[in-house]
Amino acid sequence: MPKDGGIGASSKRREDVRFLTGAGNYTDDINIRGQAHVFFLRSDVAHGTITSINTSAAEAMPGVVKVFTGTDFEAVGGMPCGWQVTDKHGQPMQEPRHPILAHGKVRHVGEPVAAVVAETLEQARDAAEAIELDIAELPAVVDMKAAVAGDAPKVHDDLTSNLCYDWGFVEENKTATDEAFANAAHVTTLELVNNRLVANPMEPRVAVGDYARGTGDSTLYTTSQNPHVIRLLMGAFVLGIPEHKLRVVAPDVGGGFGTKIFHYQEEAFCTFAAKACNRPVKWTSSRSEAFMSDAHGRDHVTKIELALDGNNNFAAIRTETFANMGAYLSTFAPSVPTWLHGTLMAGNYRTPLIYVNVKAVFTNTVPVDAYRGAGRPEATFQLERVIDKAARELGVDPIALRRQNFITEFPYATPVAVEYDTGNYVATMDKLEEMGDLSGFAERRAASEAKGKWRGLGVNCYIEACGIAPSNLVGQLGARAGLYESATVRVNATGGLVVMTGSHSHGQGHETSFAQVVADMIGIDENMVEIVHGDTANAPMGMGTYGSRSLAVGGSAMVRATEKIIAKAKKIASHLLEASESDIELKDGAFSVAGTDKSVAWGDVTLAAYVPHNYPLEEIEPGLEETAFYDPSNFTYPSGAYACEVEVDPDTGKVTIERFTAVDDFGNVVNPMIVTGQVHGGLAQGIGQALLENCAYDENGQLLSASYMDYAMPRADDLPMFSVDHSCQTPCTHNPLGVKGCGEAGAIGSPPSVVNAVVDALQSGGKDVTHIDMPLSPARVWAAMQ
Amino acid sequence: MAQVSMTVNGKAASGDVEGRTLLSTFLRENLELTGTHVGCDTSQCGACVVHVNGEAVKSCTMLAAEAEGADVTTIEAMANADGSLSTIQQAFQDHHGLQCGFCTPGMVMSASALLKDNPTPSEAEIREYLEGNICRCTGYHNIVKAIMAASGQDVSSIAAE
Amino acid sequence: MYNFDVETPGTVADAVAALGRDEAQALGGGQTLIPTLKQRLASPSVLVSLTGVAEMKGVCVGDDGQLCIGGATTHATVASEARAHYAGLAELASHIGDPAVRNRGTIGGSLANNDPSACYPAAALGSGATIVTNARSIAADDYFEGMFSTALDEGEIITEVRFPIPQAANYQKFLQPASRFALVGVFVAKYAEGVRVAVTGASNDGVFRWTEAETALASNFSADAVSGLALSGDDMISDLHGTGDYRAHLVGVMTKRAVAAAA
Repeated sequence: MPKDGGIGASSKRREDVRFLTGAGNYTDDINIRGQAHVFFLRSDVAHGTITSINTSAAEAMPGVVKVFTGTDFEAVGGMPCGWQVTDKHGQPMQEPRHPILAHGKVRHVGEPVAAVVAETLEQARDAAEAIELDIAELPAVVDMKAAVAGDAPKVHDDLTSNLCYDWGFVEENKTATDEAFANAAHVTTLELVNNRLVANPMEPRVAVGDYARGTGDSTLYTTSQNPHVIRLLMGAFVLGIPEHKLRVVAPDVGGGFGTKIFHYQEEAFCTFAAKACNRPVKWTSSRSEAFMSDAHGRDHVTKIELALDGNNNFAAIRTETFANMGAYLSTFAPSVPTWLHGTLMAGNYRTPLIYVNVKAVFTNTVPVDAYRGAGRPEATFQLERVIDKAARELGVDPIALRRQNFITEFPYATPVAVEYDTGNYVATMDKLEEMGDLSGFAERRAASEAKGKWRGLGVNCYIEACGIAPSNLVGQLGARAGLYESATVRVNATGGLVVMTGSHSHGQGHETSFAQVVADMIGIDENMVEIVHGDTANAPMGMGTYGSRSLAVGGSAMVRATEKIIAKAKKIASHLLEASESDIELKDGAFSVAGTDKSVAWGDVTLAAYVPHNYPLEEIEPGLEETAFYDPSNFTYPSGAYACEVEVDPDTGKVTIERFTAVDDFGNVVNPMIVTGQVHGGLAQGIGQALLENCAYDENGQLLSASYMDYAMPRADDLPMFSVDHSCQTPCTHNPLGVKGCGEAGAIGSPPSVVNAVVDALQSGGKDVTHIDMPLSPARVWAAMQ
Repeated sequence: MAQVSMTVNGKAASGDVEGRTLLSTFLRENLELTGTHVGCDTSQCGACVVHVNGEAVKSCTMLAAEAEGADVTTIEAMANADGSLSTIQQAFQDHHGLQCGFCTPGMVMSASALLKDNPTPSEAEIREYLEGNICRCTGYHNIVKAIMAASGQDVSSIAAE
Repeated sequence: MYNFDVETPGTVADAVAALGRDEAQALGGGQTLIPTLKQRLASPSVLVSLTGVAEMKGVCVGDDGQLCIGGATTHATVASEARAHYAGLAELASHIGDPAVRNRGTIGGSLANNDPSACYPAAALGSGATIVTNARSIAADDYFEGMFSTALDEGEIITEVRFPIPQAANYQKFLQPASRFALVGVFVAKYAEGVRVAVTGASNDGVFRWTEAETALASNFSADAVSGLALSGDDMISDLHGTGDYRAHLVGVMTKRAVAAAA
């Protein structure tokens, strides 16, 4: 264990004390004097024309403040989409208008149609039932392939079809890829579904809008991973509020997993209604509402083909994916199946030719956007499943086939437009084999068979691209935002520091780990550093937390700002020590003159900055506060190798995870305890996707898995203790901390090994099953066995 | 509206509530004890677990009126009298048994109820007991470990930092 | 929830009187009813809470040797107090829902609701229990009338459930992965007069007795006895979590496991 505090120490989380004692401050804990509550009347049909809506009875109900419908929002903008994808013909994607409250038509179950603001939530709900709403139901499109067939009903009448875009990547490689397939010694083909999921952070979304007539200032408290992004999107594109008159606060947030990145109608509504009603307006989602209003994740249908040469070297990969957008484009939805998915199709392997085709499709379902991993789990799943299938077809060991095709030299430019800076896939696989005791599998299988269970081993590798990323690059790719991060470091006179970061912590423990970094740089106790985040009134600017970017991008900004602080403090120290600035060294919280015993403590320097009696005022300003913006030069590329062992009950099809080993290369690690926890959580979500979770609609667009009664959340007894390692470290070469990001790895890396293991188990039981679509519920596994 | 009176965290508490007012609503809104969280509406997630007359119950699935005269304990009363973390709370911090903190109050209340009935539960017993407490962040590994540690069991062989 | 009044009677007589009010509904532990009310699927004007009725609580063995459980007795109490007398029933009670649910949910509430996936209906039917109400006694065989439907009249309260104690019994529950209710649950009880097999979770008609299995087990109480038997999936529930055929298959598997565990 490294030293107490500082980089590399498993410091206990300071945020835990408030969370463990009920003293957290989540958005729903915020109640503003005079606040009213809103209840949204949501569509109960998937597709229809609003023929009439009469709110007069509702307006007369007890406690009602005001009732809103779509017509109240004609003067404001629709919900913006932050990423424009260009299709394979060079045309921009089709981008429908996304109203705050439905206007004219409803396009998915759960779409808000009207909103009642009342004294209490129950009164608002009572009144919502008195709204006379007539919707003429239209045929719904749910299945993606049916949605793009010629005669399909259109989700948006003003678009040419339900096809948002048809994307080819890399289009220039298509012909060569096809030729490689024609010349291949072996081709393995797999058609699979990446199941639709609901992120389900345990805290449902909440928004509280507030408006001060005296100043014209609006404030929104919201459950967001990126309050600055909400301020920009809502202010500039929806409500027309300049950023200096709009404050967005995301206090303690109870998990995000992607679904709290996006700007939602309810946020804009509460901000708008607070002004319209001249009182604070609060919305608290129920879990049932969350299922039909939080953006969903995944939902890809893919055909992947892998071409191999006569020596089992990967020659080419070709994929065709249908990606569900839902009824509208959520904030970053178009980027997920394209730039966060196609660019990862090389995985950990040397495959000279890759062609990815993605058809994004509108359907009468809840919008789909990023969920933990976002595009990368979809890429990893299809690649690692098709490799396993190929190994089985070729009769070779699946680990050996992977090893044979590993990328071993870095930097490595893939044929899908990204360049991996570092990695050591051989080392992670070696570690996996050792830690997972893969050589002992045969013995464990025999033991399982002795008690009537079929045991399977599944392995996979993964690569991901994190720390999104150079603004100039993502701009070329269609992002309508920059993707830097900022930090302000404010040193107080007595030496304590406050770091205001644009990254947001909603479970990741930044308040602890970020403080460790700054404390380490200065050589002071980590408790002298306070991390402030989540309020646009504090941090200068921020793009927020998603895509495992906080430490790699936000942390780097913080390092840069701290470097500026140290540089200025050295100037002050050199004055106090009457020595040349170049001779000043900072170590363990003290500045010393190299080669002498002269030194001055950190606190004396900071005090001098604010009490500048003996101070070089002609050279530098008083005070010690610096801001830095950091825009990375590349993504980071965490990678790893995972192994899963399952038992299948031949009588029932029930799968039990017996062992799970995860070996990750995250580069340098600041707080190993937190990193391990992030992997655990990712594994649970990945295993949840593989075995349990499934967001299902019927053919009419009714949501079948609309609560925890039907959406299977992983529970404690669904999961084993995990074996996790991150000692294989190839530091990132282009950020100052050498870190890569760890938040999504577990969710990206785990589903293929689970499915590979179940297929292996079924094969060992004599069942010729080569694939089962997730989730591998007992019923599906049993059906596959028949 | 009807008046309801109970003892909450050792103090008399009363308020006017509707028949439909849930105990969780009464705690959060009338008493401003916002440590008790509500994460679902089907009585499954367990973020709302409190103790009523010493037993763990889901406060979102109990009417405030049903708690008339009861002795209710919430997360706000689980720390030691001097404000330091209790053994269970400290174990959760020591073993990183929480991330976003939203399910945590319910986890602590359930863990406390478990250890009262079963002072040294096995890993399997803990996992089964937590069936009604959903955590989306931790994968449960460190929660289970923390509860074992809080019960005085040696957890050094269980992987993690 | 729609608003309602709450009555908290202390006696069965007061409870019955309160249930005479318009649109009154009994509230047991509320573990199913309150979530239902949250969805606004019911709109009682008054809820009559039965948890304060002391005479409806507790577990005892009657003079006739039957295990008597008060209608307002929680699952947790049954799990602990019935164990010495009827372990199979106590074991079933100890796996209903989760610990917090078991501290509130009651046997009377569960049987009155008759959820097609609930555990207690299987125990009551599988034990040939008697459902005692404020007005009469109803044999389990006459009590369950299909999904969410029972022989109870409006305002009638289950005050007690009487279980004949079997020579051996076991309940096997295969969990629906999301709700953790029974995707299929099979209760097998062996009495001197014969074997009863009750199945929950599977049928569109709610809990039912698998009479072919009962007959087979009567002469040979072993898992092998039911190996050749099969139910049709046609009348079984078919949903997101399993087809009718899968449920029918699971009934066989769970029956065998229950017999093996009981024997």
